[in-house]
Amino acid sequence: MMTRIVFDHVSHDFDAERVVDDVSLVLDEHRIGIVGANGSGKSTLARMINGLVTPTSGRVSVGGLDLARHAREVRRTVGFVFTNADNQIVMPTVREDVAFTLRRHKLEKADAAARVDAALHRFGLHDLADRPAHRLSGGQKQLLALASVLVAEPGVIVADEPTTLLDARNARLVGEHFAELPQQLVVVSHQLELLDGFDRVIVMEHGRVVADDRPEVALEAYRELIGSPR
Amino acid sequence: MIGVFHPGRSLVHRTPALAKLGVLAVLVTVIALQTSLVALAVASGVVAALFVVAWLPVGLVWRQIVPILWLLAFAVPVQVIFGGWEAAATMAVRLVLAVALAALYTLTTPVTATLDAMQVLLRPFHRWIDADRVGLTLALTIRCVPLLADIVREVLEARKARGAEGSVVALAVPVIVRALQTAEHLGDALTARGFDD
Repeated sequence: MMTRIVFDHVSHDFDAERVVDDVSLVLDEHRIGIVGANGSGKSTLARMINGLVTPTSGRVSVGGLDLARHAREVRRTVGFVFTNADNQIVMPTVREDVAFTLRRHKLEKADAAARVDAALHRFGLHDLADRPAHRLSGGQKQLLALASVLVAEPGVIVADEPTTLLDARNARLVGEHFAELPQQLVVVSHQLELLDGFDRVIVMEHGRVVADDRPEVALEAYRELIGSPR
Repeated sequence: MIGVFHPGRSLVHRTPALAKLGVLAVLVTVIALQTSLVALAVASGVVAALFVVAWLPVGLVWRQIVPILWLLAFAVPVQVIFGGWEAAATMAVRLVLAVALAALYTLTTPVTATLDAMQVLLRPFHRWIDADRVGLTLALTIRCVPLLADIVREVLEARKARGAEGSVVALAVPVIVRALQTAEHLGDALTARGFDD
């Protein structure tokens, strides 16, 4: 059962410029992609899902909870993966960074340690557990960011261009891990291959939704929009 | 100078963080109060023995000490001129020992153990001080050292590529702008991970 994410006539202004313009959407598919040119408003839209950005007007709700009043509760169920994993890593070592997420969950030490170990194993980071996090490769850092989000067992994961800063091999590695996730996924990406197998793709332009369909249809519309060859 | 945890099973590693913080505070205070070079030589022996017990890689320990030697290369000659060689030697040994002890603590103690120790230490003051926040500030301080070092390195490379090697503005402005952007992103990341109060 997927979480129902609702955007109800949502707009957002940034420095007197409208970056999201009257968007209404209901997202309840397993994997949803959002694409668009730079400045199209796609990242702002994604950030509204866990309250990192508050809409200027309109309403966003996740699982029936209004973000304006229940942002903290929503964040417990919505994990967010940023473009630059360096900005997401808070603690000096890999294990500590994953464990950091659980500090507010008030778990027993043994339970927390078991969950951290499981997350490290899942992403192949167990051998790197005591290494300085900032010395990992770009791909490993993004996997660490993902592990740090998933250790809290969120129902929804929002990822804002998670492979943009990675080379092709690491982007593929991160993409493979995303493909295996049972959680509901909302992925903002320029790299269209990351959206292979998704259930729905939304195309944004100038803050508005200009296409919203199955990936093959929506991505065709996106390619036409940006004038790129197939 | 702010090293990260180096895993191990030594007595120093296994000693609780709170006890290590206490010993660190006492030793640094005692060393700071010493004026005799003989007493400082004994203290140096104690600190060296602690490093042997901790069984840390020599290269790793050396990297923690080197930055303070650069500082001393400027400070010692000044101290020799104004205070004499004995005062200069005393100051240098005190500083090196204090840095070495701090490095010994960070190399043998995970930051999470320090956060837990902070919570215990500040528990009596919970009405006035948020122990979680103090711990988080400490963790972020340690985390920001390599982040800022990366920013400065990249800006220095960019400045060199543009042929503006002597320009202080070409260094300071991008470093400040990027540091502020990084702080904003880090704030977003903390919010997204539930640290939003």
